[in-house]
Amino acid sequence: MINKIRGSALELMEMIPSGSSIAVGGFGVTGVPMDLCDALCELDRRDLHIVANNAGIDPRGVGRLAEEGRIRKFTGSFPSNKEFHRRLLAGEIEVELVPQGTLAERLRAAGAGIPAFYTPTSAGTDLALGTYPSRYDSAGRPLEYMPPKDVRVFDGRPAVLEYALHVDFALVKADRADRLGNVAFRLSARNFNPVAAMAAKTVFVEARHIVEVGELAPDDIHLPGIYVDHVVQSQEGIGR
Amino acid sequence: MSNATAAAPASIERPDTVDGGWKREEIAARAARDIPDGSYVNLGMGIPQLVADYLDPAREVFLHSENGILGMGGAPPEDEIDVDMTDAGKRPVTIVPGGAVFDSSDSFAMIRGGHLDLAVLGAMEVSVRGDIANWTAPGRTPGVGGAMDLVLGAKSVWVLMTHCDRKGGPKLVPACTLPLTGPRVVRRVVTNLGVFEPAEDGFTALELAPGISEETVIRNTGAPVRFAAR
Repeated sequence: MINKIRGSALELMEMIPSGSSIAVGGFGVTGVPMDLCDALCELDRRDLHIVANNAGIDPRGVGRLAEEGRIRKFTGSFPSNKEFHRRLLAGEIEVELVPQGTLAERLRAAGAGIPAFYTPTSAGTDLALGTYPSRYDSAGRPLEYMPPKDVRVFDGRPAVLEYALHVDFALVKADRADRLGNVAFRLSARNFNPVAAMAAKTVFVEARHIVEVGELAPDDIHLPGIYVDHVVQSQEGIGR
Repeated sequence: MSNATAAAPASIERPDTVDGGWKREEIAARAARDIPDGSYVNLGMGIPQLVADYLDPAREVFLHSENGILGMGGAPPEDEIDVDMTDAGKRPVTIVPGGAVFDSSDSFAMIRGGHLDLAVLGAMEVSVRGDIANWTAPGRTPGVGGAMDLVLGAKSVWVLMTHCDRKGGPKLVPACTLPLTGPRVVRRVVTNLGVFEPAEDGFTALELAPGISEETVIRNTGAPVRFAAR
């Protein structure tokens, strides 16, 4: 029998060693797996490569990972967190800045078996020309730049080559999940969660509600259990 | 068109800021007036967000939010805030009847795939060729969000912004000096001074805000301005 329900967020995050690459779902504070991020902090995991849209605007979630200096490298579109910026300019963090749609598609491509693709997004900009700093020295001077992207012209329009973004682990926030790992999201909390799950070798889901198999109608399963390895009850759902 | 094509003076005397003309809300209202019934529209940060408040209720305009909403509604009352319903600026929003939600890859398929009729965005600079710089400037915290996807993907891009920057310098320029978001994408610009279009060798002023003279526009624009018949 398949049973992906586990006891606690701490028990799950024990499986993630320091230095791992982790895709974290969520957009701003919506759909962020807060308990799983807290557990990573409590277990003192460090040198993480975090892939997420934001670097956190909240004292929890990816924001907490950034505040506590647990991020070695960040890949995402909008890490406009002040502490993150301070650490970047102090040479403590490497950044890979990716346009939001390209980020979503690189994660999806990783999960869909597509090694790379071309997109017009970012062609001719600093993010594609090798002119955007990815690392600074301790005095805030650029040390390294994001590599230039290969360009091909399709129908007269330049497009850049983008690679699939594979990660070791994904942390996902669900509204409902069952023991098979089937997941339903709610409203705009879906955002990056499905593509984060697709891109990872091992996927952890924090669900507001754990439901019986069959309670989620086939049409309502947004992330089928085949993508999911472990499910834990979110503290947010307790008492609801 | 009038024949009043004027080159920008070599030495420009500028006031500290341009206060005349439309207020932020009026810029948004002016843009809203021209959004056709049945449009799918993405509104960026800043003045563009205000456009939602001025859409003609007789027209059905569907707002897209890049975090995965089509049919975004206004802010809910305090006691109806739903933690799972926020816009791309992380504020609480609602969804209209017939609205849909989807994940980020679908959201950007809509954008990149050319399905969105219009993106209304803020900007720091717009050039005579329609280049836009709106994602970063020296000293800013890093962040690009969906700006680069939106400017290339939407069928049309309008910019709503103040005519000059905080130091009084022009934001309508011969060529962008700040990092580019996308080349040759802006079709229309609405500022406090009027409505403009990039026209390769300068800008065409389609309309001036009440009380704004051609001379004020010329003095505060970094490239030649041609004035359409008023």
